[in-house]
Amino acid sequence: MIAIVDYGIGNLYSVYKALERLKARPRLTDNYKDIKKARGIVLPGVGSFGEAMGQLEKKDLISSLHEAVDKDIPFLGVCLGLQLMFEKSQESPGMTGLAFFRGDVRKLPPTNKIPHMGWNDTHFLRHTILTENISSGRYFYFAHSYYVAPREEKDVVVGICNYNVTIPVIINRDLLWGLQFHPEKSSHWGMRCLSNWVEVTKG
Amino acid sequence: MLAKRIIPCLDVRDGRVVKGIHFENIKDVGNPVELAKKYEEEEADELVFLDITASYEKRETMVAVAEKVAAKLTLPFTVGGGINTADHVTNLLKAGADKVSINTAAVLNPALVEELAEKFGSQCIVVAIDVKKTWDRITRRSYWEVFINGGKTPTGKDVLQWASHVEKLGAGEILLTSMDTDGTQGGYDLSLTRKTAELVSIPVIASGGAGRLEHLAAVLREGKADAALVASIFHYGQFTIRQAKEFLHKRGIPVRLDDWNDG
Repeated sequence: MIAIVDYGIGNLYSVYKALERLKARPRLTDNYKDIKKARGIVLPGVGSFGEAMGQLEKKDLISSLHEAVDKDIPFLGVCLGLQLMFEKSQESPGMTGLAFFRGDVRKLPPTNKIPHMGWNDTHFLRHTILTENISSGRYFYFAHSYYVAPREEKDVVVGICNYNVTIPVIINRDLLWGLQFHPEKSSHWGMRCLSNWVEVTKG
Repeated sequence: MLAKRIIPCLDVRDGRVVKGIHFENIKDVGNPVELAKKYEEEEADELVFLDITASYEKRETMVAVAEKVAAKLTLPFTVGGGINTADHVTNLLKAGADKVSINTAAVLNPALVEELAEKFGSQCIVVAIDVKKTWDRITRRSYWEVFINGGKTPTGKDVLQWASHVEKLGAGEILLTSMDTDGTQGGYDLSLTRKTAELVSIPVIASGGAGRLEHLAAVLREGKADAALVASIFHYGQFTIRQAKEFLHKRGIPVRLDDWNDG
């Protein structure tokens, strides 16, 4: 079973449907027992950093997520879910993130149209399991106004795209993954990326 | 680089995709799921489903359509037409829609846009604006006036002021339709699109008037649109989306051309 963390906001259904189509047995859940026994955890999300962390806190899920990561359960953050894996965000000053990665989340520069909305070509700095059988430069679908700025950039940034600023869009360390784009909305290549992650959860 | 988007628009009535000019001579052009799948294969970047059902049951019908489409599609899609409450939006998003488009309800109740953006995030709130060039007898100049109720009711609002306002309220995108060019196949209103796109800092989707591929190039370049909404030329098979994108690519306009078959 893949646990999709349901923290009461955002659109979780497209991730759910995509995983169902991959026969990955997804379950929308806010129950810590599901999270601890899952083969993989997806933290999806749209909405604001502060509201999302507030909901995770209210549902008492933060410690379960940390425990699951300590137990090496494969973890995938998508869009806001990726941002929540960092320490803090300009979107919600004073709010602490999950801090699986060191670094912060910043507003996209105002020289661009915001949100960064649509398909952007994504380049892989190195290949990992998630990008297997996908060539660098493919387009993925984005819809966000903030981006992550990891402090240990060289080690964790796997993929980037350009929007007048270089945006880290695939982040990885061990079994922790984060995608700024929406694989479940990125047609064939997105589904392949998601299906590669599902393979990771099979051990 | 962010690609310019090509977005087929599917008018849906009683659960079927239809096409007509100014709500007359409406023809059935197919099943929403099949058309959506076909457009995904042709590399459409997103889809818009616009509910033009006149009946009372329209809400349930569109939620069912969204559900069926979401089960088969891995592209973002927007649902619009008669949406006026947060509950309605919740149902559509739960059914698998990624964005909703609000038109008349935004004008009648601007606070709704703010409420929806706060609750669901700006990225899923599209404000649709229907515009017609109008002569103002008092100021003795013409301006682009915002219309509601499917283009039937003038509001006296100037499009530029309204576009700025909805941006401040938290809209994530503007879907801008020129009623003057819509259905004519004579090209988009470049000046309207450009003025609006330059004014706001959220993406603008241009709509109304596509008849030739040159029109797409013009609205994405001179019109400064971030995306082009297209209906007739794809529904009737004048061009495929792939042909349109190749045309744009040759003219140096960034588009997503991701051949799924080339590995």
